[in-house]
Amino acid sequence: MTLDIPDMSLVVLIGPTSSGKSTFARQHFSPTEIISSDQCRGYVSDDDSDQSATGDAFELLHHWASLRLKRGRVTVIDATNVQQHARKQLIELAREHHVLPVAIVFNLPESVLKARHEQRTDRSFGDHVIGSHQRELRRSLKFLAKEGFRNVYVFNSPEEVAAVTGLQRTRLWNNRTDEHGPFDIIGDVHGCLTELHELLTKLGYVMKKDDAGINRVTHPEGRKALFVGDLIDRGPDSVSVLKLVMQMVADQTGLCVPGNHDAKLGKYLAGKKVQLTHGLAETVKQLEAEPIEFRQSVNAFIYKLVSHFVLDDGKLVVAHAGLKESMQGRGSGTVRSFCLYGDTTGEIDEFGLPVRLDWATNYKGKAMVVYGHTPFPEAEWVNNTIDIDTGCVFGGKLTALRYPERELVSVPAHQLYSEPSRPFLTGTSIVGELPISVEHQPDTLPRRAAQHQADDVLDMSDVLGKRVIQPRIGPLVTIREENAIAALEIMSRFAVNPKWLLYLPPTMSPSETSTLPGYLEHPAEAFAYYRNQGITKVVCEEKHMGSRAVVIVCREATVAQTRFGLADSAEGVVYTRTGRRFFLKLEIETAFLQKVNRALTATNFWADHNTDWVALDCELMPWSAKATDLIRHQYAAVGTSGLNALTAAQEALKQAALNDQAVASLQSQTIERLSNIQKYRTAYATYCHEVDGLEGLVLAPFHVLATEGNVYANRPHTWHMETIATLCAADPGFLLATPYHVVDLNNGASVEAVTDWWVRLTAAGGEGMVVKPFDFIAKTDKGKLIQPAIKCRGSEYLRIIYGPDYDTPDYLTELRQRGLTTKRTMALREFTLGLEAMERFIDREPLRRTHECVFGVLALESEPVDPRL
Amino acid sequence: MFLSISTTGLPNNPATDLGWLLHKRPDKVQSFAVAAGKAHVFYSEASPKRCTAAMMLTIDPVALVRGDSALQDQYVNDRPYVASSLVSTAIANVYSSALNGRCNDRPELVNVALPLTATIAVVKVKGDTNTIQRLFQPLGYTVDVVRHYVDDRFPDWGYGPYYTLTLTHTLPVKNLLTHLYVLLPILDNEKHYFVNQQEIDVLLKKGEGWLSAHPERDFITWRFLRRKASLTREALDRLTAIDPEVDVDDLVQEEAPPTTTAEQEPEATRTFISLHEQRLKAAFEVLKRSGVNSVLDLGCGEGKLLRMLHTDPQFRRIAGMDVAYRDLLRAKDRLHYDQFNESQRERLSIFQGSLLYRDSRLNGFDSATLIEVIEHVEPERLPNLERVVFEFAQPALVIVTTPNKEYNQKYGMTDDQSRHTDHRFEWSRAEFSAWCASVSQRFGYKVRIVGVGEADPLVGASSQMAVFDFNKS
Repeated sequence: MTLDIPDMSLVVLIGPTSSGKSTFARQHFSPTEIISSDQCRGYVSDDDSDQSATGDAFELLHHWASLRLKRGRVTVIDATNVQQHARKQLIELAREHHVLPVAIVFNLPESVLKARHEQRTDRSFGDHVIGSHQRELRRSLKFLAKEGFRNVYVFNSPEEVAAVTGLQRTRLWNNRTDEHGPFDIIGDVHGCLTELHELLTKLGYVMKKDDAGINRVTHPEGRKALFVGDLIDRGPDSVSVLKLVMQMVADQTGLCVPGNHDAKLGKYLAGKKVQLTHGLAETVKQLEAEPIEFRQSVNAFIYKLVSHFVLDDGKLVVAHAGLKESMQGRGSGTVRSFCLYGDTTGEIDEFGLPVRLDWATNYKGKAMVVYGHTPFPEAEWVNNTIDIDTGCVFGGKLTALRYPERELVSVPAHQLYSEPSRPFLTGTSIVGELPISVEHQPDTLPRRAAQHQADDVLDMSDVLGKRVIQPRIGPLVTIREENAIAALEIMSRFAVNPKWLLYLPPTMSPSETSTLPGYLEHPAEAFAYYRNQGITKVVCEEKHMGSRAVVIVCREATVAQTRFGLADSAEGVVYTRTGRRFFLKLEIETAFLQKVNRALTATNFWADHNTDWVALDCELMPWSAKATDLIRHQYAAVGTSGLNALTAAQEALKQAALNDQAVASLQSQTIERLSNIQKYRTAYATYCHEVDGLEGLVLAPFHVLATEGNVYANRPHTWHMETIATLCAADPGFLLATPYHVVDLNNGASVEAVTDWWVRLTAAGGEGMVVKPFDFIAKTDKGKLIQPAIKCRGSEYLRIIYGPDYDTPDYLTELRQRGLTTKRTMALREFTLGLEAMERFIDREPLRRTHECVFGVLALESEPVDPRL
Repeated sequence: MFLSISTTGLPNNPATDLGWLLHKRPDKVQSFAVAAGKAHVFYSEASPKRCTAAMMLTIDPVALVRGDSALQDQYVNDRPYVASSLVSTAIANVYSSALNGRCNDRPELVNVALPLTATIAVVKVKGDTNTIQRLFQPLGYTVDVVRHYVDDRFPDWGYGPYYTLTLTHTLPVKNLLTHLYVLLPILDNEKHYFVNQQEIDVLLKKGEGWLSAHPERDFITWRFLRRKASLTREALDRLTAIDPEVDVDDLVQEEAPPTTTAEQEPEATRTFISLHEQRLKAAFEVLKRSGVNSVLDLGCGEGKLLRMLHTDPQFRRIAGMDVAYRDLLRAKDRLHYDQFNESQRERLSIFQGSLLYRDSRLNGFDSATLIEVIEHVEPERLPNLERVVFEFAQPALVIVTTPNKEYNQKYGMTDDQSRHTDHRFEWSRAEFSAWCASVSQRFGYKVRIVGVGEADPLVGASSQMAVFDFNKS
């Protein structure tokens, strides 16, 4: 004999002490599924039988069980559970997690129990306990189903217990994870037969009458129609719709979940008293014209409908009124009523309809949820959920969602069949349901998508604390809590609207230190790094010395609203590596973006890339344009204090003119330091010049990051360089095409030529170069990510970073000890997060998903790492 | 860094007596190991008519890079060049006997007032540009300063905080050295070593005979002791046994560690501080009268309002939130939060958060205060703050204060100046009232606005406070 145990259940063993519960549990369940009260007593008190620890032991038991049930794991409670109040708490626990409570009762003869008790050495109490347990159990027996247990198994003898050969783990009815579609999910039909026919036809279904004259619907590609319920009421022909859908379900070309209207009809047909309102009277009248057998079959059909379906390995959930994550794939009265009526507060709004909570606005589940119930003029995605009730019966349209294609297909209603109690064709939005958050959008503004409105305010729980992010191109990235703390401050106080932040640039590691005299960095080490990783072809790009800038350009200012979801229109945005707006004055930013836009337009970029926005990763020169404060307070400050202090000392030493070896040495030392200060001042001044408005600004893009539908991490750097060179040609004074060389690391001449180039470049005051693997994303043979870029900075530039005297031999020796490990792991993690952010953005995922990644980059940037690297 | 001391001597004292006093021979360079480097002493001239002893410090950059963090908070920094507390240490080290008034060979010289000139290249001055004069002139010095451009090739960048300083006075050498020892670190307001109780003794000893009468006594004491209130209080108590009027709290406020790099004039700072107290008091009184039991102080900063609420039993649940984590640590410090017991922690909680993110921790409070908060938020992100506070958290009572821009002229500010460098905007009364009206209408609140602080018939009060009441209907 086997027992059925649903795979979402709380199994409560009931029986007096010594009735064999633990033995049974050990025999039929895995050890991790069993929570025993004795064990809990032991955990809290070191004594399994310490009755004084019972309170704490049960607190642990409930908490433990609660965590398992939250995760949907079968959980077995091994305690006597003979008292009604003990079981009540467990029933409540099961309900709270929407799992089925199952009772397995050990109602064995008292003599058997007492005999077993005699044998035990681990029980200190007398056998009178058995008698009282037994009496309580007997009293309870007939009430177990009423208490809420879905399955009750009772063993009346040890033989019956022994007869159990195994357990049958059964799936809940809603579990259709093995059905993979493809599906066409169809919104609320409400008796609109004509539109349903048209929609099915449009979706490619074929309708044929069989020999018996019954309409049989099939799809040549084997697609299945999936109805979200509310087949009936209000519309012209509820009966025919029922017939069609029932037949499709019977033929397994259709699936159906119940809507509240269907459920109400079910109650009526089952003989319960219901009010014949909201169109039910009409349906009932139509049904009465049908033979009784049909009515019975409708009754049976509705009775069998399952509240919701979890399909396609859990990737798709269909329920009439939607379903939050914690209820998906579970069974309870609460789940059923959520599926039928949605997330209601019990309040009634001004139109007499229940006030709904915005579960979809807060939805973070992995499964796509497709539902109906509340009519809106357009079906719109919000957090991977979509309401496809487009109010056909109210004169709207009948809509289907093709899965997995995510395409919407609809047919317009032929007429208004029923007056809605709340006007629905006035541009209301799915997330605008709370009376306060209703947006006042004048008609002249482009309507922002429901997702954009839902994204207006991000939630703290999406950023704070320790977080783990899975980028698609690399290993998991962990964001530590203390780093999130730092990022929250920067993000809140300085960053632009998060809707713009589809990317933050990663940090970049320098090459290993050079051993050549006078050099801290040299191309040889950068090349050696890539060669060691198995890369033979690299791209060397000149490294400009300005400020990092991410430039997002909108083809039209309205794109800021329609694509980025901002409240106001904008030409785009320019932000720094920490997400801060680059230009303090809006008119400068606008003019700047318009200038880039003109170049994009002139080079036919928009059409070529089929996009109306672009994100570019750039360097914006001069350095002094953004960094004047930093230069003044730090770099120039060192220059001026050094220059004046050393000059005074130098003058005094000149006068001293003592015939002393020590003076001569001090003099030459001072002269050298003075010369270092001069070189240092020259080095930073190279990157400073006056800017007046846009005059004097030069933008050097080096990555085309993303456009609509594309992240260009799949193109080699040469593609980026060429695409950008074309763009720059349109405005050569303002846009700077970066000089670059493709280098074959196995070709000595090629390596030598680019090294010479670097030497000349840096001697002329250039910052240096960036060496990148030919492919944007490069991995080793073993699939490990390789640094996406290594910088190699010139000797004079490094004077700004390491100080005027950094290249004195002792100092240089010291500096060569620097470690790069932290910097490099940071660079990789930030690189993967930055790309992940963009991928999520172009996939139109909810903002929190993109934000999590850019927030992560910002958080990682607060890791303590030598800022000179 | 460079320090020279010159004298032209007196009729009875040839200039070269300086060599005896400094205990350094004029005919050679002498080098001494000091913190992070070497001090070299040499004479650039040594005739009976004129004698100049120069001391130059060479900081060893390798020592710097090895990470003596006290010397180096930034990797490229001015420490090797500025006459800072490193110089005081070097003076105490190299000119130790002269500083302490000892001259074994010529003891009669110690108290001779010589015509002295000291040149220091360079000093760094934090705060008031007159600090050098304020410190040295009362001691009788003729002060001559050359202020340096931050970079003479970019005159637009203006002057930096660096000066070459020349001091002239007739006084004993030990007095000059003592003054330099105490006052040089005051200028740049930093010390390269940890300051503790012993530093009070050092100050009192070195300041004997001149510090207690110095008009900048409190300021000198405050900075010398690294702005530690308890040390300063004790030092001043000992310095002014006869003058118990000193209020250290004034100093604490005047030089409270700035949250930004704003270089505000001390006068204005003081005014704003007392205004801040008035604002807190006004908000506190509204909370008190309204009878609310729970208060959420949004943007609590260092927790001044929290401390006021904490002592009042009417408030049974108090929470302080700020986005600046460092401020929260300071708030906890001032409240002695680490000594709170469980029920105290339950009553008063402090956590980091942001008004731009919806946050369930903000739910369930009777009231919320945003004292001088909104003006720190970018205007484009204000709608987020509005929804987080008024739609999601939705306390029955919300108090918002913000500066009244119109009043700025009373502080002698021009139209494009703001009271704090981090203010993203400052509103006139009309602008604030329009915002309040819009918020109250959209989120179902009633609002009234009152002025706080000194009021003027024309431009209104210095600060404005809005009290929002949720319409329960």
